[in-house]
Amino acid sequence: MATVEHKGKTFNVDEDGFLTKGMEEWSEEWVDYVKSIEGIEELTDEHRKIIDILQDYFKKNGIAPMVRILSKTTGFPLKRIYELFPSGPGKGACKMAGLPKPTGCV
Amino acid sequence: MPKHDTPLMDELEKGPWPSFVSDLKRQAEKSPQCWDIVGQMELSYKDRMTHWKHGGIVGVFGYGGGIVGRYSDVPDKFPGVAHFHTVRLNQPSSKFYRTDLLRKLCDLWEKRGSGMTNLHGSTGDLILLGTKTEELEPLFYELTHDLEWDLGGSGSNLRTPACCIGKARCEWACYDTQAACYAMTMKYQDEIHRPAFPYKFKFKFSGCANDCVAALARSDLSAIGTWRDNIRIDQAEVKNYLSGANKANGGGTPAKGDKFDIQKEVIDLCPTGCMWMEGDTLKIDDAECTRCMHCLNVMPKALRPGLDQGASLLMGAKAPILDGAQLGTLIVPFIKMDPENEFEELVDVIEKCWDYWMENGKNRERLGETIQRVGLPTFLRVMEIEPIPQHVREPRSNPYVFWREEEVEGGWQRDIKEFRKKHAQ
Repeated sequence: MATVEHKGKTFNVDEDGFLTKGMEEWSEEWVDYVKSIEGIEELTDEHRKIIDILQDYFKKNGIAPMVRILSKTTGFPLKRIYELFPSGPGKGACKMAGLPKPTGCV
Repeated sequence: MPKHDTPLMDELEKGPWPSFVSDLKRQAEKSPQCWDIVGQMELSYKDRMTHWKHGGIVGVFGYGGGIVGRYSDVPDKFPGVAHFHTVRLNQPSSKFYRTDLLRKLCDLWEKRGSGMTNLHGSTGDLILLGTKTEELEPLFYELTHDLEWDLGGSGSNLRTPACCIGKARCEWACYDTQAACYAMTMKYQDEIHRPAFPYKFKFKFSGCANDCVAALARSDLSAIGTWRDNIRIDQAEVKNYLSGANKANGGGTPAKGDKFDIQKEVIDLCPTGCMWMEGDTLKIDDAECTRCMHCLNVMPKALRPGLDQGASLLMGAKAPILDGAQLGTLIVPFIKMDPENEFEELVDVIEKCWDYWMENGKNRERLGETIQRVGLPTFLRVMEIEPIPQHVREPRSNPYVFWREEEVEGGWQRDIKEFRKKHAQ
């Protein structure tokens, strides 16, 4: 397990840069750190909306939403999600929101 | 990186078949991290377990798939494979190459990765085995800018389509499988690179029922070439088979007896028994032919597919997880596969299917499982396909038949009081 330091905070992350303790360790500094490594120029309300929805969904359901559900609830087509998060909803948005790493046959 | 002591792996350098261990060792002269691949494999052979960690999420900006992340769980022992990501490249249809392109790719891969490959992955991709996270973006830049080559698919998306060798080198191809494969790959780039599906989805294109790309077993949507008019018979060539001048099965399989026996090897083996000889003339009752390819396979010089060619579409094949293995189920018996109209009929089927499955498929539910869950009749209805006898091998044997309300006179709204007027308690 590695650690990342950003703006005076320390985070425990796995090799892929996902928070090992998930939302427990999540903070504004984390958002700022992920922004710096995931090709995001400026954090907008649209980014915030996606993060909030991901976190709410995860708290309620214990899993990340399917891409289709994320699109429906945010109202953003997948294309827009990639414009906001160049690595996509999994590697980009879920990482920033502090959700666990996507698994399965990826 | 130093060599490791690998007595178990070394055993695999013996014997006549090309040894991947010898190849790895040869590559290690140029890419020393290959010693660590051999080393970690040796450890796995000894421990009888894998030494790769669970999962791995890496990629390039703009894409949600294409690269499979992988990390060693013994990175201190084998630093050369601490990161060992796999990069999937979309292969050219039927995997024809020119050496100049392969040379450029090898140069690039030796610079940015281990130099080890898999030609090819089961889905069809050309696979580059083993590189570090920081090499991914530069590798992708050079692949796209210098080699004009793109990544393949991974994740819950359209995976890299594949096809048989088709009209390039086969007289039985009933449509241009390469053209179809290429056209669908280009049309659905977005679906390949940015996962938007409930689960993975695969296309495969075979030119005839011999199905050399195993579309029936390994793709959610299989297009298998066929024809609907008559088998073309060259009676002169039939006589050459009878006389022994032509070898049965193209000489691939020796004749079963001393001499080719058309009765025993063709007519008696025809699954519908629709062939017979009149003197030395071969007759086929094409209305009863299921186009299984057997007679064509045995006598390729004498028999050819008809001229009214197209494809059958079968859907839903998958491996066992979760609820059992499936082969494709016949959905569309015949469509034309026409490059001129950009495979319009095929595209229509694909998009109807995706519209439904993307909306109704559960998380990680393959199309085949969705069809099982909602039932073939429902699936056919959403696909706007009339049910026909060809959709089943046999009719259902249980009587649990659903009717839709509009099909039943009077509907479902009944009043028990009305019933009691005639049937007192």
